[in-house]
Amino acid sequence: MTKSSSPKDVKIDVHYLTRVEGHGDITVDVRAGELKECKFKVIESARFFETMLCGRLIYEAQHLTSRICGICACGHSLASIKASEKALGVVPHEDTLLLRKLLLHTEQMDSHVLHAYVLVAPDLLGVKSIMPLVKTHKPVIERAFRMKKLSDWAGEILAGRHTHPISFAIGGLTKIPEKAHLQKLREMMVEARADYAETVELFKKLTLPSFERKGQFVALSHDKEYAFYDGKINVNGEKLVDPQDYLSVIKEEVRDYSSAKFVTVNKAPYMVGALARFNLNGDKLDEKSKEVASYLGLKRPCYNTFMNTVAQVVEWGYCLEDSIAILERLIKDGIDEEKVLVTMYPKKDQWPVKTRAGRGVGSVEVPRGILFHDYTVDDHGIVTAANCIIPTNQNINNLEADMKKIVPEIVGSQGEEEMRLTLEMLARAYDPCISCSTHLLDVRFVS
Amino acid sequence: MSKAKPKVAFFEFTDCEGCQLQVANLGADLLELTKAVDIVNFREIMSEEGQEYDVLVVEGSIASRHDEERLKAVAAKAKVVVALGACAATGGVNNLKNLKSLEEQKKIVYGDVDPVKDAIPAKPIDTVIKVDYYVHGCPIHGPEFIKVMQCVLMGKPYKVPTYPVCVECRQNENICLYDKGQFCLGPITRAGCNSWLPNNGVPCVGCRGLIDNPAANAQKDILEKYGLTVEGILDKFTLYCNAQKERAKYDKEFESKGR
Repeated sequence: MTKSSSPKDVKIDVHYLTRVEGHGDITVDVRAGELKECKFKVIESARFFETMLCGRLIYEAQHLTSRICGICACGHSLASIKASEKALGVVPHEDTLLLRKLLLHTEQMDSHVLHAYVLVAPDLLGVKSIMPLVKTHKPVIERAFRMKKLSDWAGEILAGRHTHPISFAIGGLTKIPEKAHLQKLREMMVEARADYAETVELFKKLTLPSFERKGQFVALSHDKEYAFYDGKINVNGEKLVDPQDYLSVIKEEVRDYSSAKFVTVNKAPYMVGALARFNLNGDKLDEKSKEVASYLGLKRPCYNTFMNTVAQVVEWGYCLEDSIAILERLIKDGIDEEKVLVTMYPKKDQWPVKTRAGRGVGSVEVPRGILFHDYTVDDHGIVTAANCIIPTNQNINNLEADMKKIVPEIVGSQGEEEMRLTLEMLARAYDPCISCSTHLLDVRFVS
Repeated sequence: MSKAKPKVAFFEFTDCEGCQLQVANLGADLLELTKAVDIVNFREIMSEEGQEYDVLVVEGSIASRHDEERLKAVAAKAKVVVALGACAATGGVNNLKNLKSLEEQKKIVYGDVDPVKDAIPAKPIDTVIKVDYYVHGCPIHGPEFIKVMQCVLMGKPYKVPTYPVCVECRQNENICLYDKGQFCLGPITRAGCNSWLPNNGVPCVGCRGLIDNPAANAQKDILEKYGLTVEGILDKFTLYCNAQKERAKYDKEFESKGR
């Protein structure tokens, strides 16, 4: 079969990993132009984080659950801390909240810049990875590394490190970030405005495929801010639900062919992540970010999955500006050490541990979408039940639905190579994770 | 190893991929390393795949029969194997699932449906293949990875520190967490991370594994000062050390091979 021909029979196997459960396959089978099968299958062994947590002290939960994902480690850590605080009845100080928002912003920035530059830009510039771009587009790559380094360093000075943050604990922090470091971070962020402006120009020049499927969107929404750290579950802009009641809207289902659970809202797939957040909360962006969105052709509501990357670019700018504002406040007012400094685990004289018994749900927006941690503890601080719902699992159904719509649209009009690229790019648009998405699709054409 | 630039491949199994991210984040040091080696497979940053390699860097533990078979297949091509991070080196937090019956856990997580029929108890990679170098930690400490790679290039063994984290913690002039009324596994955990957690006000939880023969080699002055026993502090932090207890039988074997 030649490159330019339009196959009517296509068998596609997408091999990629979900961040949590490792390797997965997407199987698409088209015969005589008709879609016979479209399935997502996670073939990696489950890690059983939920059962690992049971029987453990709640104070170990953030350390353990940050190990679910090396890229979203800060988000898992914060969702875990929020769930624990809710269960134990701990209320953190305002300065602690500001530092958590700042850490979460820098994680969004870290992940978004990787996705936009390392994964998506090579597609749009017609190469297989950033490696060839080191020669042809050196300033672009240097800029990406600069932007990446900014978030790495932020993680280091705020939490000890970005991958598996150290100092963020239930009730506060175990180490107060140094003022000089906060000042330096602010300076670096102000300088990064120039890199951001260039990034916007880069994405202005690139064209994303057109596609539309009117699906569902879910994200946290807050009445005062563009929600990342806190808010209520917003379902399609139609209703707001307290995260504590997430199980009343979000349903998990087990299928015998996949170790990842399938998740639905209103018995149907839904999308989480930057595009969902932009669609539901875009009115809470600052004026500058709204202008960037409109300059890049992103309008609410947007039903083109490929535009998720553009929404990430918009969010990068928003996170940068909001981080600068938070830093200026922390530098000006200082951090109330007495209210913020805590220990990670009970002290020697607090054993055997006594706590209140309860259940808490913690929800935050991580780069790939809304994340839930749900813990129940007894009065010795021992976890008796736990549940975690991660964004990539929520997006799997939606990716399947997108594939089912796009395959019949492109079969017959696109050649072999073009189809392969379109499907790869669609999978990448969800930003399932770095390594997953750089893994090429294995598209087999049945002739 | 041949004098030509050795080819290095990274593969991950059951894990969070955070250790590869630590490598990707090395920035300038990683670029320096690529002057001496060719990285032919590193999916966190590239999609091109090389089929031949000399050095295999494995991240993650082995938790399914599929993992086991794949590990054997990728190791067959390599001359040298490096275990990257706690999951590969000791099983890491994945070992915690071994404390309960797999059947019971499947029932809790999946109910009556069993989509993970080939799951097995989690284990370190050296239970399946021969390992030449260990980079401990959850996550790994970047500078130690560079040291290990330098040893790989020179073809000499890398000696994992045998002294406890307390040694590094004191060099860093931290106030001892025991003096602050907390428990800490520093006195019995292998050093090499530059006391990363205590530097940030958090007790060491033993992610790098225990020092050999903790009863003899522990930071004894601290244990004595606070009237502690090795068992007594081990019971406070079991995220990694349940794994380590199981692991003890392998440690003697390492020592006899001079690793």
